[in-house]
Amino acid sequence: MSLVLIAALPFLGAVLPGLLIRLGRTAAALAAGAVTLTALILLAIEAPAVLAGGVVKAQIDWLPGLGLNANFFLDGLSLFFAGLILAMGLLVVLYARFYLSDRDPLGRFYAFLLMFQGAMLGIVLSDNILLLLVFWELTSLTSFLLIGFWKDRAESRQGARMALAVTGGGGLCLIAGMLILGHAAGGHDLTTILTAKTAIWSSGLYLPALVLILIGAFAKSAQFPFHFWLPHAMAAPTPVSAYLHSATMVKAGIYLMIRLWPVMSGTFEWFVLLVGTGLFTLLLGAWVALWKDDLKAILAYSTISHLGLITLLIGLGSESALVAALFHILCHATFKAALFLSAGIIDHETGTRDITRLGGLRRLMPISFGITAIAGLSMAGFPPLNGFLSKELFLAETTEVIWPNPWIVAVLATLGAALSVGYALRLLVKGFLGQVRADYPHPPHDPSPGLWAAPALLASLVVLIGLFPNLTTRWLLHPAASSASRRDVFPNIALWHGLDVPELWMSLAGIGGGLMLLGAYPALRALRDRMPRLDAKRMFDAVVDPMAADARKVTKALHNGSFTRMLVLALLVILAATGFAWVSGTHDIGTRPGLAMQPLMATICGILALASLATAALHRNRLLALILTGVVGLLIAPIFAIFSAPDLALTQVAVEVVTVLLMLLALRFLPKATPAETQLPRRLFDVILAATAGLGMAALAYAMLTRAPAFPSISQFHLEQSKPGAGGTNAVNTIIVDFRGFDTFGEIIVLGIAALIIFALSQTLLKSPEVHRKLAALPPPAAGDPHPMMLVSGVRVLLPMALLFAAYLFLRGHNLPGGGFVAGLVVAAALLLQYLGSGYDFSQSRQRRDHHVVIAAGVLVALLAGVGPWVMGLPFLTSGFTYIDLPPLEKFELASAMIFDLGVFLCVLGAVLLALDSLAGLARVDRPGPRPKKGRKR
Amino acid sequence: MELLVALTIGVLTAVGIYLMLRQRSFPVILGLTFLSYAVNLFLFASGRLALNAAPIIGTTDTPTDPLPQALVLTAIVISFGMTAVILIMAIGGNLAAGHDRIDLGQDPRDDA
Repeated sequence: MSLVLIAALPFLGAVLPGLLIRLGRTAAALAAGAVTLTALILLAIEAPAVLAGGVVKAQIDWLPGLGLNANFFLDGLSLFFAGLILAMGLLVVLYARFYLSDRDPLGRFYAFLLMFQGAMLGIVLSDNILLLLVFWELTSLTSFLLIGFWKDRAESRQGARMALAVTGGGGLCLIAGMLILGHAAGGHDLTTILTAKTAIWSSGLYLPALVLILIGAFAKSAQFPFHFWLPHAMAAPTPVSAYLHSATMVKAGIYLMIRLWPVMSGTFEWFVLLVGTGLFTLLLGAWVALWKDDLKAILAYSTISHLGLITLLIGLGSESALVAALFHILCHATFKAALFLSAGIIDHETGTRDITRLGGLRRLMPISFGITAIAGLSMAGFPPLNGFLSKELFLAETTEVIWPNPWIVAVLATLGAALSVGYALRLLVKGFLGQVRADYPHPPHDPSPGLWAAPALLASLVVLIGLFPNLTTRWLLHPAASSASRRDVFPNIALWHGLDVPELWMSLAGIGGGLMLLGAYPALRALRDRMPRLDAKRMFDAVVDPMAADARKVTKALHNGSFTRMLVLALLVILAATGFAWVSGTHDIGTRPGLAMQPLMATICGILALASLATAALHRNRLLALILTGVVGLLIAPIFAIFSAPDLALTQVAVEVVTVLLMLLALRFLPKATPAETQLPRRLFDVILAATAGLGMAALAYAMLTRAPAFPSISQFHLEQSKPGAGGTNAVNTIIVDFRGFDTFGEIIVLGIAALIIFALSQTLLKSPEVHRKLAALPPPAAGDPHPMMLVSGVRVLLPMALLFAAYLFLRGHNLPGGGFVAGLVVAAALLLQYLGSGYDFSQSRQRRDHHVVIAAGVLVALLAGVGPWVMGLPFLTSGFTYIDLPPLEKFELASAMIFDLGVFLCVLGAVLLALDSLAGLARVDRPGPRPKKGRKR
Repeated sequence: MELLVALTIGVLTAVGIYLMLRQRSFPVILGLTFLSYAVNLFLFASGRLALNAAPIIGTTDTPTDPLPQALVLTAIVISFGMTAVILIMAIGGNLAAGHDRIDLGQDPRDDA
C-alpha cells in the first residue's frame, strides 16, 4: 500500500506550499521538501526488498471491467527512476527557494513541481499501462504549467504551448500503441505484458504497436524529428529546466523504452528505429549545441544529443548496452543538472546567459567555476569523471555494431563525441576563462550557499562516481539492469581497461577532434553563418498557425455572438438528423391499447394548448405572458394527478407558485414589454421551425405511448422492495430518499449552488455603482397601498396552516404523496406570502436564521444521514427503519431516510428563500444614496 | 388520451422553441420554462399513462412506473433553480447593458 502513498503523496502535498506560502517562502519550500523527503523515505523503506531482487506490489481495483486498475509495482528499474526523481526533486526544491525572486509566486511553483513529481513517480511505479498513460499525460500538463510559469512572457507561453502540442500529440499515439500492445498481450498490466513476448510477436500487431509507442516516447524524450520543443521549453525557470527537461521528464520516454525492452527489443525494426533515430539525434543535438551562445540553449541541445545517445544504446538490444544506458542516465542526470543549476546561477548573478557577453568568471565566481568545470568536463568525457566512463561504455558498444557495416556507427559516434567535447569546452572557455570584463549586466560574484549547495553536491557525485563507479552505483544498477532485462545482469564498470581497447582511442580521438573544432571555431562559425538554416519553430508555427486560424474561423462562423443563430443551427441539425431517421426507418403507430378519452382531460389539454398559443402570440405584453405561463404550468398539475402521479402534481403546483412569484419580482427590473424587432418572414420561419419541432416531439411521444417498453423496466424492483426494503409505501418517495438517495443528494447540492450563484450575482450587481444608480432610478411601485389589510391578515392566518400542512406532507411523504421537496416548497411559498403581504421589514425582522445557514444545514443533515451508517460499517446512505408502538398513538414507522428527507426539505426551503431574497434585495436599494447598504431598513 | 398528451407535448415544445427564438431575455426565459414543461411531461409519459394506479403500495394492484415520476420530481425542482439563475443573469444583463437583447453585436457597446 505504501507504493500508492508514494505516488499519491506529492499530489496530496501539492496543496501545502500553496497554503504555507502565507507563512513565508521558506515555509513553502520546507513543506515541498518535507513532502519529497517523506516520499523518499517511504521509498527507502521498500528499497531493501527490491535491491535483493524482489518486486513490491500494490493493487486497487478501480474499473476492472475496463482493465483499468490502480496497480503499482516497484522493481529494480522503478526504484532506479523513482529514486532519481525524488532525490533530484529534493535538490531542485532547495535550489528554487533561492533562485526564484520575491515577485514570483513560489507557493504555486512548488505546487506545480510536486504535482509533476507525483505524475512522474506514477509513470515509473505503474503496473497498469492505462494508469501509466494517465500519469504520462499528467506530466505533459504539469510541464506545460511549469514552462509557462512566467506567464507574462510571450516565449514562456509559446514554449509551453509547443511542448504541450508535441508531447501531448505523442501521448495520443502512445495511448493507441499501448492499447494495441495490451490487446496483443492479453492484459493491461506490465507484469502480464512483459511475459507475453511470443503472443505479441505472433499477433501481427507488433509493428503498429512499436511505431506508435516509439512516437510517444520519442516526442517525450525529444528525439528527432520531435526534438525542437525542448530548446523552447528553456523559457521555464532554470530549476524546471534542470529537473524536467534534463534529469527526469525527458527520461520518461527512455524509461518506457527500457521498460518494454524485454518484449519489444531484438527485432530489426527496433534496432533500425532506435539506433537510427538515436544516432541522428545525437549528432544533430551536438552539432547545433556547438553554435549556440545561450548557456541554456547549449545545454538543451546537449540534452537532446545525450538522449539520442541513450536511445541508441537501448536500440542495440544487448544487456551490456542496457547497463551502459542506465549508467549514462545516472551520469547525465548528475552532470547535466549541475550544469543547468550553474547556468541558472550565472544568469542570476550576471544578468545574462549569453556566453559571448561573459568570460573571466573564473576569478569572480570561483565556486561556480569549480562546479561548472567539473560537470562540463564530465559532459565532454574527460577522465576521471563519470561522463568519461559512460562515454567509454557507449563507444565500446558502438564498436559491436555490424550493420550496415562494421565501422560506420562507431565512427559517427566518435564524431558525436568530438562535437560534445567542442561545445562543452567552448562553454567553459568562453564563460569562465579569459579576461575579467567591465561590461557584465550585473557585477558577478558567487551566490549564497543555498544556491550553490545543490549543484556542488551533484558535482561531487560526478567525481565520486567517476572514481569509484562500482562502489557508488552497482548496488542500484544491478537490480535495475536485471529487472529491466529480466535476466541477471551484473554490471562491472572500470576506469581503466588497458591500452588495447578501441573505446580508449575513440575517446582520445573525440577529445582531440573537439580541441581541433575549438581551435578552428571562428572560421567554422563564419562558414556556418553563411549556410541556410532550418528553424524548427518557424516550421512548427507554419503548421500550427493556419490550423489555429481555421479553427478560429469555424468558431467565429458558428458562434458570432448571436444566441438565436446558434439555437437555430442546433435545431436544424437536430431536425435534419431526426428527419433522416424518419425517412430511413419505419414509423408506425404502436399497437399498445390506449386509454379511453375523458372529457375532463380533453378540456384541460384544450385550455392548456390555447393558453400556450396565446402566450406565444401575446408574449410582447410580458405581464400577460407571465400569467398565461402560470396558467399553463398549473394546468400541467392535474394532468400529472389524473395519470397517477400525485407527487408530481403537488410539486408542480408548489414550484409553479414560487416560479411565477420570482418572475413577477424579476419583471420589476426588466422592460415591461418586448418590442417587435423581427420582420414577418423571419417570424414565419421561426413559426415553421417551432411547429416542425413540436410536431416531431408529438409524433415521438405518440409513438412511445402507443408501444410497450422495449425491455422490462427496473421499476418492478423498486415497487417490490419499497415496503420491505425501504419501509415506505410511496414508491416515488422511497426512490428519491432511499434507492436513488445519492442522486438526490447531488441534486439538492446543485439547487443550493444555484441559490448561492443568484446571491453572488445580486451582490455583484449591487456593488457596481452604475447598476446601483440605475436601480435607484427605477420608478417606485405603482400600487396605491403596498400592504392592503386584507392581504396582510390573510397571509398571517395562512402561515400556521401552511406550516401544519407542510409538516403533514413531510411526515406522510414516505408512505403517501408528499415528502421533503414538496414540504420545503410549501413552507417557502407561505413565507414568501408574508414578504408579499406584510413587507420585507416585517418578515426580515422575524427571521432568525440566514438562508445560507438553512441551505448548509440541509446539505449537512443529508450528508449526516449518508455517513451515519459508516459508523455501523454500512455503505453510504444505507437506510434503516423500525416500527414504534407508543400508546396512545397508533403504531408508527420511523425510517432513517426521514433524516435525509429533512435535509432535502431544508435545502429546498433555503434555496428558494435565498433566491427570492436576493432578487428582493435589488428592489431595496436606497433611492437617493450613492452606496448600497445591506441593512434592515427600507 | 395518448394522442391528447402527445399533442400537448408538441404544443408546449413548439411554443417553447418559438419563444426561445425571440430577441429579448424575458421571452427566452418563458420559452425555456415551456420547454421544461414539455420535457418533464415527456419524461413522465415514458412511464406510460395509467389511471388510478398511483405507485403507492397497497392502494392498487397495478401501480404505474414510479421511476420516471421520481426523476421528473427532482427535474421540476432543478428547473426552478435553473430558471432563477437565468432570471438574475437577465436582470444583471439588462441593468449593466441598458437593454435586454440576448444577441451580441447589435449594440456597438457590446463589442467592448
